[in-house]
Amino acid sequence: MKRIGSLLQDRLALLSLFIITSTLLAGIFAPWIAPNDPEEVHMELRFASASWEYLLGNDHLGRCVLSRLIYGIRPSVLGVLAVLAISVGIGTAIGFIAGYFKGKLDALLMRICDIMLSFPGYVMTLGIIGILGVGLQHILLAFVLMKWSWFARIIRTSVMQYADAEYVKFSKTLGIGSLRIIWKHIVPVTVPVIAVTSSSAFSSMVLQLSGYSFLGLGVQAPHAEWGMMLNEAREVMFSRPELLLAPGITTILFVSAVHFFTDALQVALDPKLGSSGRKKQRKGRFQTANLQGSEVA
Amino acid sequence: MSGYIFRRSLLAIPLLLVISFLTFVLNALSPMDPAELVLHAQGVPRITDELITATRTALGMDQPFLIRYLDWLFSCLQLDFGNSYVTGKPVWSMLGPAFLNTLELTILSVVAVIAASIGLGIVCALTEGRWLDKSIRGAAFVLTSMPSYLLAALLVWYFSVKLDWLPTTGKETVQSYILPVSVITISYAGHYFRIVRSAMLMNLNEDYVLFGRACGLPESRITIRLLRNSLQVAVSVFCMAIPIILGSTVVIENLFAWPGLGMLSVKSILSRDFPIIQAYVLVLAAAFVVVNTFSDIINALINPKLRENDL
Repeated sequence: MKRIGSLLQDRLALLSLFIITSTLLAGIFAPWIAPNDPEEVHMELRFASASWEYLLGNDHLGRCVLSRLIYGIRPSVLGVLAVLAISVGIGTAIGFIAGYFKGKLDALLMRICDIMLSFPGYVMTLGIIGILGVGLQHILLAFVLMKWSWFARIIRTSVMQYADAEYVKFSKTLGIGSLRIIWKHIVPVTVPVIAVTSSSAFSSMVLQLSGYSFLGLGVQAPHAEWGMMLNEAREVMFSRPELLLAPGITTILFVSAVHFFTDALQVALDPKLGSSGRKKQRKGRFQTANLQGSEVA
Repeated sequence: MSGYIFRRSLLAIPLLLVISFLTFVLNALSPMDPAELVLHAQGVPRITDELITATRTALGMDQPFLIRYLDWLFSCLQLDFGNSYVTGKPVWSMLGPAFLNTLELTILSVVAVIAASIGLGIVCALTEGRWLDKSIRGAAFVLTSMPSYLLAALLVWYFSVKLDWLPTTGKETVQSYILPVSVITISYAGHYFRIVRSAMLMNLNEDYVLFGRACGLPESRITIRLLRNSLQVAVSVFCMAIPIILGSTVVIENLFAWPGLGMLSVKSILSRDFPIIQAYVLVLAAAFVVVNTFSDIINALINPKLRENDL
């Protein structure tokens, strides 16, 4: 709790958390928040600039940009969040089983992970979309298939660090059940790793998803999605560059909020960095955890 | 050492086999009948049941699964990936040139990424905490939070449209390399220079630096030592970066109409040209395994500690 307290004292982290939660809430309550219907076409309002009714103006079909941005949160952010939760869940389960029980099961699970990790993420995602067809749900499925192994590996490593600790051995000798040991002694110490890893994966997945939608492989028209909005804006980029601004800035703002939050989380949760102020500074702000396997959209 | 190289290379073979099998299975998972797809793609006006059966036999679909896999594997080894459903041309005649184009883009970008990361990493580590360090890190922070296609669109808008210095798309002149390579470099160097920087800062706290300073060694010589030690960490990261960049040029290629694998794959996805997708996944995954094997060997050459464990 002390650590979370220190996180809340960090003003930038707090601001990031505010941006993230308000985005999530706006996405969940989109029908109540969005001022207009995101798919309603008004040809007479094509490329109209901001007005009181349409606060961010209208796009090439006269649709309300602000409403589309708000509805776009659903696939762009909430979809990714759901997928993240599923893959972290699978990865955590497998990571704990492999890291705690070790032995042959561990070897088998890790070989499977190795195989999954030996496919480059982008290529595999494209392969899955290619076979199953274009669509958001296939991209999200591909994300789950590709990411769980990565989480499993990282979580297994951190579980292993503690599985041999003296207090775990002691509990085992006392005859306490494995599940109880895992829950009482190993889960609490691995939560920081899981939190930081998933938070840093979150931002890269948001960027990747918007990349696929940008290519026209994800969300299909007329539904709104940030990457697709950017793609639509790009087509009229030379005549109306200002249309790039709204979805572009929103994406940058959200992703950097997640980046900041990840860094703050890492600093707050890393026990090694806890007390010494100097190291805390050195670790610095613009650092993101776990660059391994992170892909840029 | 030669023993390690041998064992590590042997390890790649079963991995490649598994990958080829998975790629084959992936195709079998398709909800559509390949025979029907071929007929559709070739624009046959009326698809009859006899026609489908005939096409299935022509495609070898009536054989058992494993036989089909082995057949397919052997022809793949001879670079025969079948024919495109859409154009009817051999897949390799389309994939090969595209692969070379992507490789060209990747190699140029990797060189640029490494140079930029090391350069920026050193500058930031040496000016740690001062305005130069802070502004470089701040800029990198914004640039890496940006989707790379947005960055690319902004650069195209400025340099190609406003200033009219560089071509917007294609791969014709030397100038057409500049924008794609710089977009990839900015997106990746923005991540990787931090690793060089923090490795250098970590080494800066080591006793040998203090000792060197105490002995009155010139600062430039200390920096060279520092760099040599820090780059060890960076080398393994850069080795990992190569396959990642190779696989993720998709967006950039499509934006700049670069005639590479990324463009080919998206085009085939949209036209449901399975043989090309399958060959694309196989070729890139194989390239990924090969690069990973090499990078493990390079890492082991640099750092003897890695040779003992992990195998």
